[in-house]
Amino acid sequence: MKELDIEALTDNLTEVMDFVDVQLEDAGCPMKVQMQIDLAVEEIFVNIAHYAYNPETGPATVRVEVKPDGSAVTITFIDHGIPYDPLAKEDPNLNLPLEQREIGGLGIFLVKKNMDDVSYEYVNGSNILTMKKNLRGEMT
Amino acid sequence: MHIEKIRESEKLTLKIEGRIDTKTAPELDELVRTSLEGISLLIMDLKDVAYISSAGLRVLLIAQKQMNKQGKMKIINVSEDIMEIFEVTGFSDILTVE
Repeated sequence: MKELDIEALTDNLTEVMDFVDVQLEDAGCPMKVQMQIDLAVEEIFVNIAHYAYNPETGPATVRVEVKPDGSAVTITFIDHGIPYDPLAKEDPNLNLPLEQREIGGLGIFLVKKNMDDVSYEYVNGSNILTMKKNLRGEMT
Repeated sequence: MHIEKIRESEKLTLKIEGRIDTKTAPELDELVRTSLEGISLLIMDLKDVAYISSAGLRVLLIAQKQMNKQGKMKIINVSEDIMEIFEVTGFSDILTVE
């Protein structure tokens, strides 16, 4: 298990991505799966950076745990900002015609679609978002 | 991310290279907002784009909405992985991908 403690700023996004990607590469994660995980990591970290401590900033912890056999990864995001469950947001309506499609709102939806399991809890003043992904290609 | 801008009369081609994410999407957004005057065909060439997050999708949606008012937009050279993101988000129905 590895942890990165970092200030929740969008400027730190590249550092967060690099931290996660190095471990995925070590685990022999296929490129496509890595992209799906990157998408989810970006959305969650940027969400924390934008909302958790707004208008101030604060710390976030990113924890990456790859199973010893390299078959799956669990990534956990912890912040101590305002309680916020991003998963409570309703999924966007994907069938609306272009003119009615809202700009945005797709981020969390992409997290849910690209990860195999996502959960949220608020414990002792911390937002904890945990997401899991099978690294051996697509879930059946 | 690097963007090459090629204008031929009313046609504008944006050849995008790199990652379109939260940090880089504002640059593309700015370009789309300031470059479309007098354009009737906008081509987004994604040949060298390996990653697009929701921040990038948002810009594509803004561009498509604008081009619907004044002409057409086409997206070309989309990789399989990015096509899958378009499909998951329903973007494949509202964008013209060739």
